[in-house]
Parts: sequence; C-alpha cells; structure tokens
Amino acid sequence: MAVTLLLISLLAFLAFQFIPGDPVTNLLGSDYTPERAAALRHEMGLDRNVFVRYWDWLTGFVTGDMGESYSYGMTVGQVMEGKGAVTAALSLMAWLLVIAISIPLGITLSRYQGGRLDRVFVAMNQVFMAIPPFFLGILFTYVFGLVLKLFVPGGFVRPEQDFWGFLGYLVFPALAIAIPKAAMVTKLLRSSILGQMGQDYVRTAYSRGNSRWSVLKKHVLRNALLPVVTFVAMTLADIVAGSIVVEQVFALPGLGRLLLASIGNRDYPVVQCIVVIIAFVVVFMNYLADVVTQTIDPRIRLG
Amino acid sequence: MLLDIRDLHVTFLSTGKEAVRGVDLAIEPGQRLGLVGESGSGKTVTAMALSGLIERWNVNMTGQVLFEGKDLLACSREELRRVQGKDIGVVFQEPMTSLNPLMKVGRQVEEVLRIHTDLPAAEIRRMALEAMEQVGLPDPERTYEKYPHQLSGGQRQRAVIASAMVIHPKLLICDEPTTALDVTVQAQILALLRDVSDRFGVAILLISHDLSVVRRLCDQVAVMYQGRIVERGETDAIFRAPQDEYTRRLIAAIPKKRKHHD
Amino acid sequence: MDLRHNKNFTAGAFITGLMVGLILIGMVWTPYDPNAMDGRAKMLAPCARHILGTDNFGRDIYSRVVEGAGATALIAAATVAIGLVAGLIIGGVTGYYGGWLDEVIMRLNDALTAFPSILLALVLIALFGGGKYKIIIALGVLFIPSFARIVRAEVARQKSLDYVASARLMGAGDMRILFLHILPNIVPVLLPSVAIGFNNAVLAEASMSYLGVGVKPPDASLGRMLNEAQGYLMSAPWYAISAGAAIILLVLGFGLLSEGLGGDGHAS
Repeated sequence: MAVTLLLISLLAFLAFQFIPGDPVTNLLGSDYTPERAAALRHEMGLDRNVFVRYWDWLTGFVTGDMGESYSYGMTVGQVMEGKGAVTAALSLMAWLLVIAISIPLGITLSRYQGGRLDRVFVAMNQVFMAIPPFFLGILFTYVFGLVLKLFVPGGFVRPEQDFWGFLGYLVFPALAIAIPKAAMVTKLLRSSILGQMGQDYVRTAYSRGNSRWSVLKKHVLRNALLPVVTFVAMTLADIVAGSIVVEQVFALPGLGRLLLASIGNRDYPVVQCIVVIIAFVVVFMNYLADVVTQTIDPRIRLG
Repeated sequence: MLLDIRDLHVTFLSTGKEAVRGVDLAIEPGQRLGLVGESGSGKTVTAMALSGLIERWNVNMTGQVLFEGKDLLACSREELRRVQGKDIGVVFQEPMTSLNPLMKVGRQVEEVLRIHTDLPAAEIRRMALEAMEQVGLPDPERTYEKYPHQLSGGQRQRAVIASAMVIHPKLLICDEPTTALDVTVQAQILALLRDVSDRFGVAILLISHDLSVVRRLCDQVAVMYQGRIVERGETDAIFRAPQDEYTRRLIAAIPKKRKHHD
Repeated sequence: MDLRHNKNFTAGAFITGLMVGLILIGMVWTPYDPNAMDGRAKMLAPCARHILGTDNFGRDIYSRVVEGAGATALIAAATVAIGLVAGLIIGGVTGYYGGWLDEVIMRLNDALTAFPSILLALVLIALFGGGKYKIIIALGVLFIPSFARIVRAEVARQKSLDYVASARLMGAGDMRILFLHILPNIVPVLLPSVAIGFNNAVLAEASMSYLGVGVKPPDASLGRMLNEAQGYLMSAPWYAISAGAAIILLVLGFGLLSEGLGGDGHAS
C-alpha cells in the first residue's frame, strides 16, 4: 500500500511539472519582466531539480506542510481548511446512505424474486443507474428546494455554527450522489443472493430445518456479500469524485469547488494536494476491501 | 411403519412434466432401502418430495407421504421444518458444494442441534465432536475449527453425514452419496453409512443409479423407471431372479465399465 | 443466445434506436435552428409549436437537445474508439506474449482503473486545457486501461485453446493468430464493455461540460445545456429536465444493451 501511494504521489507531482503554461507568468500577469520572473521562480523554488522538489514536497506533505498556494497567498493547508471537512462529511454521508438503502433493499427484492414488487424495482433500478448524480441534484434543487421549499438552494451553514443544520444541507446532495450508486449495489446484491440461493449448501441448510430467513441470515448473506464488499468499498472513491461535481450543483464550499477554481487559476500545489488526498482514499479503500474480504472468506485467508 | 408413501404424483408446473407417476413405497424403522433408476427416472424427485426440499410453488403433488402416520404433504412449512433435520436427515451427492464454504465445519455439524434442541452450547459442541469422531473424521477438535475447503472430498462427505446423524434422525435420505467420490473412498463411506444405520437404528433411503452400490448397503431394492416403481424386493432375491425387463438390463449393465457421472 | 427474447436487449435496442434515430434526423433537420433566438418566444412552456418549450433566449429546446445529444454521443463514441483501439493493441500484445512488460503495464492499469475517471479527466484538463477535442483525447486515453485489461485477460485465456494451436500448426504467424483468429472470438466479451464505456464517456463528458471545463461554446453538449438550464430552474424547469432526460435515455439504452449482451451493466 505504501509503495502504491508513493508511486501515485510521484506521478501526480511529475504530471504537474511538465505542463504547458507557466504559473509564474500567470502570477505576474502584466507585471511580467524576465528578472521578476527569475526572482519569483527562485523564491518558489521552481529553479531546482525536479526530484529535489518532489522530496521536499513529500516530506512536507507527510508532516502536514502541504506547500504554498500560488493564487491565494496562503499555505495549501489554510486554503483547504474547512473545505476538506465538507467534502468528507458529504462523501461519508452519501456512502452510508448507499449502504443503508441498498442492503435492505437488495435482501427484500431477492426475497420477492419474480414478484410484482421485484419487477417494478428492478426496472426502476435500471433507470436510477442511468441518472447522472449532478442531474439528480438539479432535480432535487427544483423539487425539494424551489417547489417544496424544504431547503434554500445555494444556502449553507458552517458545522461549527450549527452542526445539525450543516448536516441538513448535506442530505439532498448526499442523496443525489447516493441514489444511482445504491441502485447499482442493490442490483449486485440481489443477483448475488439469488445466485447463492441456488447453491447446494443452501439445500443442505434447508434440509436441517432452517427457515428461509435463517438460511438467508446464517448462510447466504455472508457468501452473497463477498463480491459486494469490494464494490461498495470502491464506490467511496467514486463518491468523492462525484461529490466534486455535486458540490457545484448545490454551491457547497468543499474541495470540489476549490479544485475547479484551482484548475482555472493553475494553482498546482492545491490541485496536487487534492489529487493525492483522493488517491489516498482510493488506495486505502482498496486495502480495506481486501482486509474485509479476507476476514469473511477463509479460503483467501489461509490460501 | 416409519415412512409410507401412497400413490405419490409429482408434476412440475413450469414444464408440465409428470416426474413421479403414482409411487407406493414403505420403509420400516431401521430398514435400508435402495431406490434405483437412471437419471430422469424420478428417484431424486421422489426423495426431495418426501424430504420437503422441493419448491412447492413449482410443483403439483398429490397422494400421501405418511411419516410416522403424519402426512408431510399436508403439513405447513412450519410443521415440515420440525421434521426436517430432526427426524429426516439428508446426505447429498456433492460433498464439495453441499457445505457452506464460509462456516466452520463444526458449526455446520452442530447446526441441526441448535435448530431443534435447547441444549446448552457446551453439550451441543460435545455431541458434534462425538459425531465427528463416529464418522471417522481425524482429530475432531481440530477439524471442528476447519473450513470445508481444508478437508478432502471424503472427509467432507463424512462431515455431511456427521451433520445429518448428530441428532440421530429416524430416516437418512442419501442421494447418490458416493457418486462424486473416488472408488476407494466410496467403499469407506458405504461402510460408514451401514455402521451408522446399525448402531443408531437409523433407516436409510439410498438413491442411486448404481445397483452395485445399493447391493453393498441395502436390504431391499425398489427399481424406478419413468416415474413408476417397476419392481421391489429383497436385494439378494432381485439380483438372483429379476422379474422386470428393465431391472434385468440394469443388472446386466453392472459388470461393464462403470461411469461415475449421473 | 437468442437476443429476440431477451427483454433487456429488446428494451435497450428500442431506446437506443429511438435516440440514434432522433439524433440522425437532427443532423439534417430540426424544427428550428438550434441557435436561432426569438425575443418574442422566451421561456415558453412545452406547447404545440415548441414541443419541449424554449429557453431564455427563445431558442427551441427540442432542437438544442437533439443537437447536444448528437454532440455528446459523438464525443462518447470517439472516446470509446480511442480507448478500444489502443486497448486492443496493448491488451492483445501483453496478453499474448506475457512477460515483464505485461506485468508492468498491468500494475499501472490496476492503479489507474481504481481511480474515478472524472477525477483523472479533470487533472488532464487542468494540464492541457478543455475543449471538445481535448476532452475526447483525455477521456479516450483514460479508457485505455480498462479495455486493455479485459482484452488481455480474454486473449490470455483464448491463446491456450485448441483452435489457436491448430492455427499455429498450419503456420500462421503471431500477428495473424492474434488479430484474425483470437480477436473475433473475444468480441462477445468485449461488446458489453464497449456499451458501458460509452456510458461512462457520456457521464464524464456531461459532468465536465456541466462544470465548465469540458466542451466550450459554441460547441453544443448536454452537460453544458444543464449548466445553463440550472439558472432558469424556477422559470423554465423543462429546460433542465429535457437535457437531463436525454442523458438518461442515452445511458439507459446502452446500459440495457450491455446487460442484454451478457455484461453486468454497471457503470463504474
């Protein structure tokens, strides 16, 4: 895991070193003179060897010093303060919603397989899977914000002012991100359960006098969750990426809006930092999925 | 009479096929009966129907399956579950897949006790270990903690048998219990079933396509062909003087090279 | 596999056929010029003359949606084409020959496919700038690993089969075996992934254009329309709903097709 992270951080760092467009030119704007540019370049350390700078940046990153933003005149840490919390809370809420919606729904649908409820939901699932989260966000803004007036579109309170109000403003964005993902997980879980239900060990379990519910609870669910665990873990990375877009819909001051603004400003230290943080989420969730799969499945644990 | 099947008909609703066409079959307590026939003869369907493992919404069943005088076909799911596992145990063909891959072997052996008895956990564990010992699983204490993939095919089938007989059911239905196993292991498993039956007075209904397997275990044989029982009698008598044309062909087929897939 | 009795395939073919038909017709004829403004017909609700209404400049929304859907579909198709061709070559060669190059490329692929493609696309846009063609190239490059992975696994599986051995015995060269014998056999596995790749491209393009870093004016795109439409949600909700519905229909159609062809239908 450490090696992967190091590799990703190096790639992310290098990518930003070989780009057209010079941040110094951008920063100086109309004040540009070759002398000033050289001075600023030296001040920013841009005249040193790429790998020296990578090492500096990496050691800084690990110790919490993420460098200096080009455009805000603050450290990257200061720029990101508070914004990371918004994105983290939004992503986490969306992720928990995915789990809270899809697991009970997947189980219920598999129970009523072939019935009317199942057929209606399976068809609806297909549609929900096709909705882009940001469009769902726009629909929510219209229906719940403008028509039903359940929230103020574009409104926001900081968590330290009103924690519950803060969470309240995240509910609809989180739902917009979560619903299409939940539809995918529901579908995966439902078909996984149905696949397991046809297995021989299920027949054995019935032959011992288990009821349908206890067959599901004691035998099928663990087996059926195996493929779902990895998928659910990996969705967190997708959700973080999705929140970048959805933050824009609801005008939430999170990392996504910062990322877009920084891309516009060519503020690479900020972009770099956000990319590496998301990379960390990806790698960590990958690792977590492996750990969980191994605890569930003795065949992997013991070879 | 332990089990008395009277005029059983089973028709699959999805295909309209009548798999069992009027079967009458009786088993005394402790008796070992072989039900023989080729695949598609209806023998497995008969066994599944009487163990309640057939999906009821997919079939139309008429007739009676009297187990100790109670008609299982007329039972509710709930009533049926009280018999399943406790009075009727089942051993399936595929030991590789008939155990839950994610559950410790010991837990699967003792599951039937957890469902049907209120015994304390320690007592349940003791009985499970005893059953595992009786079926010849090596080092029960350690095998208890193992997962199915860590056992060999023969050991898994022993575990399945242990899980079915741990509660000492009155009837053990064995559906091709040796078909998936090596020839040497086959003999051991058949000897084990005979031993379990003798020791605990368990009746056995052995489903097989292979008359030579039946001969080694059963006192009586019923031959099934196209959904009907065409001949029934003492095993030795049938081997000596088969009455039915189909039985004769089955017996004639034995010495030839046996193929072990259904 | 009999596709006629496959409900997913039939529904998917119907929806996709409808969308493709509308887009093709839209290329030669739309009821109005998509960019023609009409000061007297601003923000009309759907009516007989404008079946999906008009926007803030009085432009006909149906005409614009059809034009935007065409542009979005073209971008997605071009993206998939880049990813598929490069993926076939890379995956084919690495799967066929194996070796250390295979190892290295697949490690890299693993790392890249785990990443959300929108994020990577944003990074590439940050580096090289936006616009229609840059989007196509950026997304196309990002799709190479996932295609390469599928092709590689399938080629590695197929190359040990008998028909490959007999082709080799008949003196066929490596390239001939790979592209003439193996390739046709992996098409069934590849088709669902192509449909899913198309959907991912549609979603990624729409998201980025919505964010204002994708397709730039005057080029049309469904994502850009949604961006504009959000400002008029209260007065002209049909604007956003029409553009969004077009995206959903495109994605739904291809998703169902993919499932009908045996894929799992998941956009990742």
